Amino acid sequence: MLAFLSAHSKLIDEIGINALLAVSLSLSLRAGQLALAQAAFMGIAAYVSAITAVRYGWNFFEAALCGAFAAALVAAFLAWPIGRLRGVFLAIATIGFGEIARIVEINAPLTGGAEGFSNIPNDVNTFTIYGVLAFVAVGLFLARNTKVALAVAATREDESAARGVGIDTARVRLGTLVAGAFLAGLAGALYAHANYFITPADFGFGRMEQILVACVVGGVTSSLGAALGAAFLTVLPEVVRFLHDYREVTSGAILLLVILFAPDGLAGLWRRRA
Amino acid sequence: MFAQQVANGVFVGAVYALFAIGYTLIFGVLDILNLAHAAIFTAAAFAALALLGAGLPLAAAFVLAVAIAGLLGIVLDRVAFAPLRRRNAGTLAPLISSIGAAIVLEGILRGLYGPDERRFPEGLIATAHFRVGPLTLGALDLVILIVALALMLVLSYTMRSTALGRSIRAVADDRTAAALLGIDLERTIALTFFIASALGGAAGILIGLQYDSVSLEMGSRIELKGLAIIVLGGMGSITGAVIGALILGVVETLSVAYISSSYRDAIAFGVMFLILVLRPTGILGKRALRSA
Repeated sequence: MLAFLSAHSKLIDEIGINALLAVSLSLSLRAGQLALAQAAFMGIAAYVSAITAVRYGWNFFEAALCGAFAAALVAAFLAWPIGRLRGVFLAIATIGFGEIARIVEINAPLTGGAEGFSNIPNDVNTFTIYGVLAFVAVGLFLARNTKVALAVAATREDESAARGVGIDTARVRLGTLVAGAFLAGLAGALYAHANYFITPADFGFGRMEQILVACVVGGVTSSLGAALGAAFLTVLPEVVRFLHDYREVTSGAILLLVILFAPDGLAGLWRRRA
Repeated sequence: MFAQQVANGVFVGAVYALFAIGYTLIFGVLDILNLAHAAIFTAAAFAALALLGAGLPLAAAFVLAVAIAGLLGIVLDRVAFAPLRRRNAGTLAPLISSIGAAIVLEGILRGLYGPDERRFPEGLIATAHFRVGPLTLGALDLVILIVALALMLVLSYTMRSTALGRSIRAVADDRTAAALLGIDLERTIALTFFIASALGGAAGILIGLQYDSVSLEMGSRIELKGLAIIVLGGMGSITGAVIGALILGVVETLSVAYISSSYRDAIAFGVMFLILVLRPTGILGKRALRSA
């Protein structure tokens, strides 16, 4: 067991980080908003945590919290202009925000530019990653039937009806965006400190698509489903290694099959049977 | 020098316009954001290279590759969008299924051609230059501009003066009413996808020629730029897409020439973000397609 873990530790770390990212996006999706800025939040926190660790010698937890709070703060500022946008327009505006964040990372001082930022202390191991994930999972589990969770679900199902029964839907949307940004920020800090080295390209639209795909395959309205979707899609390329250069076709095909035939994701299939 | 930079910007913008028209046409008719448009753009460039490799002359390879792109568009609609249309799945599910289709198509291209950049056969691309007053214009750039303008004129005529154009505009305006008036919805949508994807494919081949480079990354470079263009012009507006593309092309070349290249792309996305927040209909709103 231990030999297996150490042989695949890189992959196992990747699963944990991708699961956390998928969970972070699922918060916004559960409130019915397709805000596609998760990769940008991840990148902001990755850079903040890397720079504070390298320049000021902060340890991982200080640097990660600082990064995650920075991402949450940016999300809170972002929420104001995008508050009126819905559907595809919200998606496009947040994609634009993500691109701006990436370009700033390439050009800002201290980030190391397009070549990337290196020498990040490698003070994160598999236990740290899964510790954070477990902490988040317990928090979400305890919150699952609270008023807040119900308000989020109500906002998704019918925003005007939710307002009608006194739910402040603008606050729900703000809250899920900021909380999602915080979690994406934690994932970004873990990513930076597990990899020594980050570049702006790590946090571009390709990453955003990968997070979205994980959520949809797992099940858009379930954080557990999103995490399992991320785990599944992270392992998949290793499983279909025999396809060589055609490997990527499988994840696209699975996404298509899910969206066409199982709109509630793999988690939905299981729930329907239960 | 300024005039030269503007001319260079127009050459770039004309090809952006071809790409953006296809993007905006599908949004205007179906209200969906087709994120597989860039994958078809790339596929067409690879198809043209393969046809040239098989010994076809450039013009024939271009026409055939454009047709392949159009057919890919129809397949895309059948596989990724038509089933969702039947289910009335809203606008978010198609966005996600188009990402799935893009991953599949790009995965196939990666399998067929690998990750490396490819060039066009030597001697194929004219390197002659003309001097017109103070301007130096490349023969290739002029040919590309003429082809792009010709395709836009054909599209404009089709949309304005043919039965197909009228059907497309009617479906864009009100799908249910169009069906009641006897318009074959599925056929009209399939042809819309053919036209949009053929134009996207033409843009892919022309950009490949312009930079003498065809690679898997070319799609991701233009995909989000195209998004900025159609938001700037007004989602769903063909004229708006052309204006937005020319503005972006000229602003890009001018900013590289006179300011710095580093924040060049941030301008496009900053403007896109501001327009969405302040004036979501862009320069010309969706109505422009309906009354084109």
